[in-house]
Amino acid sequence: MTTAVASDRLSPKDYASDQEVRWCPGCGDYAILKAMQKTFADLALAPEKTVFISGIGCAARFPYYMATYGFHTIHGRGPAIATGVKLANPDLDVWVITGDGDGLSIGGNHMLHVLRRNVDLQIILFNNEIYGLTKGQYSPTSRRGTRSPSTPEGSIDNPVSPGAFALGAGARFVARSIDTLQPHLIGVLKRAHAHRGASFVEIFQNCLVFNDGTFSAFTDRKVAGDMQLHLEHGKPLVFGKERNRGIRLNRQELRVEVVTIAENGVTEGDILVHDETNRILAAVLMELEPPEFPVALGVVYCDPAPTYENEALVGVAEGGAAGVGLNAVLRTGRTWAVEA
Amino acid sequence: MASPTVTQRDVGGREIRDSVVIRFAGDSGDGMQLAGSQFAQETAMAGSDLATFPDYPAEIRAPAGSTFGVSAFQIQFGSDVMTPGDELDVLVAMNPAALKVTIPDLRIGGTVVVDTSAFTERNLSKAGFEENPLEGDTLAPYQVLKIDITKRTLDAVEGLGLTQKEAQRCKNMWSLGLMLWMYSHDRTATIDWLKGKFAARPAIAEANTAALNAGHAFGETAEMPGHGMGYTVAAADLEPGLYRTVTGTEALAWGLLAGLRAAGLDRLMFGSYPITPASPLLHVLAHFKPYGVVTFQAEDEIAAICSAIGASYAGALGVTSSSGPGIALKTEALGLAIGIELPLVVINSQRAGPATGMPTKAEQSDLFQAVYGRNADAPLPVIAAATPSDSFAVAIEAVRLATKYMTPVMLLTDGYLSSAAEPWLIPDAEAVEPFPVTFRTDPKGFHPFVRDPKTLARAWAVPGTPGLEHRIGGLERSYDSGHISYDPENHQKMTEVRAAKVARIADDIPLQDVAVGEERGAMVLVGWGSTFGPIHQAVRLLLAEGCQVSHVHVRYLSPFPRNLGELLKGFDRILVPEMNTGQLVTVLRSTFLLPAEGLNKVTGKPFKVSEIVDAVRSRLEM
Repeated sequence: MTTAVASDRLSPKDYASDQEVRWCPGCGDYAILKAMQKTFADLALAPEKTVFISGIGCAARFPYYMATYGFHTIHGRGPAIATGVKLANPDLDVWVITGDGDGLSIGGNHMLHVLRRNVDLQIILFNNEIYGLTKGQYSPTSRRGTRSPSTPEGSIDNPVSPGAFALGAGARFVARSIDTLQPHLIGVLKRAHAHRGASFVEIFQNCLVFNDGTFSAFTDRKVAGDMQLHLEHGKPLVFGKERNRGIRLNRQELRVEVVTIAENGVTEGDILVHDETNRILAAVLMELEPPEFPVALGVVYCDPAPTYENEALVGVAEGGAAGVGLNAVLRTGRTWAVEA
Repeated sequence: MASPTVTQRDVGGREIRDSVVIRFAGDSGDGMQLAGSQFAQETAMAGSDLATFPDYPAEIRAPAGSTFGVSAFQIQFGSDVMTPGDELDVLVAMNPAALKVTIPDLRIGGTVVVDTSAFTERNLSKAGFEENPLEGDTLAPYQVLKIDITKRTLDAVEGLGLTQKEAQRCKNMWSLGLMLWMYSHDRTATIDWLKGKFAARPAIAEANTAALNAGHAFGETAEMPGHGMGYTVAAADLEPGLYRTVTGTEALAWGLLAGLRAAGLDRLMFGSYPITPASPLLHVLAHFKPYGVVTFQAEDEIAAICSAIGASYAGALGVTSSSGPGIALKTEALGLAIGIELPLVVINSQRAGPATGMPTKAEQSDLFQAVYGRNADAPLPVIAAATPSDSFAVAIEAVRLATKYMTPVMLLTDGYLSSAAEPWLIPDAEAVEPFPVTFRTDPKGFHPFVRDPKTLARAWAVPGTPGLEHRIGGLERSYDSGHISYDPENHQKMTEVRAAKVARIADDIPLQDVAVGEERGAMVLVGWGSTFGPIHQAVRLLLAEGCQVSHVHVRYLSPFPRNLGELLKGFDRILVPEMNTGQLVTVLRSTFLLPAEGLNKVTGKPFKVSEIVDAVRSRLEM
């Protein structure tokens, strides 16, 4: 739990460290950093109770730029280190910053387990579908055919979908946003922070140098209205510039389809309504991809469950059990006295 | 042990012996480990000194009757015991395979007890016997007790409502009963233990007790051939006080608790991934929640150490444990802990390798890995436990060094020490000298790598502390600010200060002592770890013969005690017995430029005392 500090006039700058930010000019990471600092200012979070933990990669530099506690660790291991932090002190507010390579390739195993255990962390995965820091090799989220220094003829691996992976791992909170979509991203970060348990957030982040425009099919302003489905709990899955398109369930074929309201007898009542607690619906939403479908953004799934550290620490004495005698432990079982 | 030259007998006609070695051997499902450890318990309570050697296959239930599936438990007990013994006086062989594998270890004239009903044609063939050894003269050098243990067990438990299979499984208790009779030991502790273990199934407890009593009665009722089958073993001349038996694993766990208390820390976070033979430490520590211990069974070895690093970062005592292959996986994270300078205790229960090797067999072949086995210049202190009970003090020392010097500490033990038991004069765990940790709280002049000028340890600044918010990581840090630094001179300086910090520990550890013998002489035997028992016993025997030999046993393997080099120079020859192909000997030679010589054994079994005695004799031309 994080306690708010007693100030109502905090600005994002109050959460910026004194370190010079060293991402490439125009990198999407700047926008994410800005959104994070704004989130902290809006929620007036206590810097001394906050820890940012990262692995390796461009995104992993993030902790150096926040005026909180920060730990830049080793490749892919952020979730494991964060688990140890929470088991030592569950009162700390811990954020894990990772990328598609760090979190889903070298650290994929840890990601699986931290999600299924439901450790109370905010896990923010910057997905740019490329290895940036090592100069442009394809990543586990790169689409088939990605040409890169290590795949000159195009990659042949099938990509992993971060959101579908998280759901499959048993995550209880899965959300998505876009680096440049500032108010939306801040809203998602606030929801992730409010959620108790592992909150998994995938941010589509543009790598200007090695993979520019990889998400333009749904992030370009011209197409955003038609290619982004902004989710709201209890609201119909409606999108489009005219707000007249929607997602309908085709019951005969057990799939979803895009329909236009007021055409072919379609009414708003035919459109699926978003339910954050419906895991099956969440899985369906994760499958939606351009060009046939818009990309689902916002809180896709949120269904809280007991957190790992709360259960793991039941019965663990505080204060090193200073009052409990150790000599009794050494005398458990059979003992015998040797007389002088 | 030297055998007595003149047989002494007590008033009942039993032969009096200084010590006796017995081994229970059978299939891995025969309950030999249980029979052996209960025998050890009763022996300890009878006032004997003892050392045990559980030796079992890696397979959980190896195919019945196979030679590779033989599980054995060896114990030496008597007045002054340092090792599980070189030669067996008594062998209990539950089937032909157990006989085949273990008979070479039985001394000429020793006793072998066999379960005749297990010597079927099928079992004989599985064990590779062409003829039944019970019928030929191959066992002529031994006293053979042919007993139908299976039938007698079934008779003893008849009418108690057990299935045939359940009834047969009581035969280990029958054998135990006979052995307890043979040494006039009590059965009370075992009967109580059976009651507790099978509390939910009273019939099983009752049947096992009946089998135990029947075995004992069999010895008692003169069905034994001849006289003097039993022995009276001299009790140990132990220091007065309260005793218990302890395994290396238990002593380690309790030492960690005592260290946690001495450091004044709130929590011990033990991150571990199951691996033979290290897992029992996880099992023991999982019971200590009321003492501030949280255990975390991680998804892999890397997560295990990383969770411990995260816990130390947040102000707890992070501990991780594994065996060599797992330590290899933890190596990158170990470098992180060295670089960011956080306390961490890393325990390696060494086993025979490389790769999977022989998981249940002990070796000392990870010394190089501990001292040198990391990328880059990454020094850390390395210490080793010598005996099961020594693990208690060594664990406390690991916590002290880790917290005082803000460094990972490697604690070496091995598969033998982990499971071996010995009697232990229970120490006062609350009298451990405290070494309280001070967390940094003052923001004035703070940066994360501000150092104590004496120890060179950096400040431990824990998240949650107002005003100390800072960022650290694997990238090189500025000596003056802790910020990321690629400055060439700074890297030189930081590399040197990390090395100097570990080197200075040599000023904060005891000088090397001589375990037995003079400080000068013809030869010194230098050991480390679990070879303590056989080396010590060998040196005592040689001293009794008038040899000018000494035993030096090194607990602090990196850095070495300040006087070690000078001490070793006082001897004409240096012999280093190790269960590897020559690791400490290489470190000693390179550190001190001394002509040390190795005595090496890598069979997965501990040294025999005689092997060391012979090696010394041949070198000193005696």
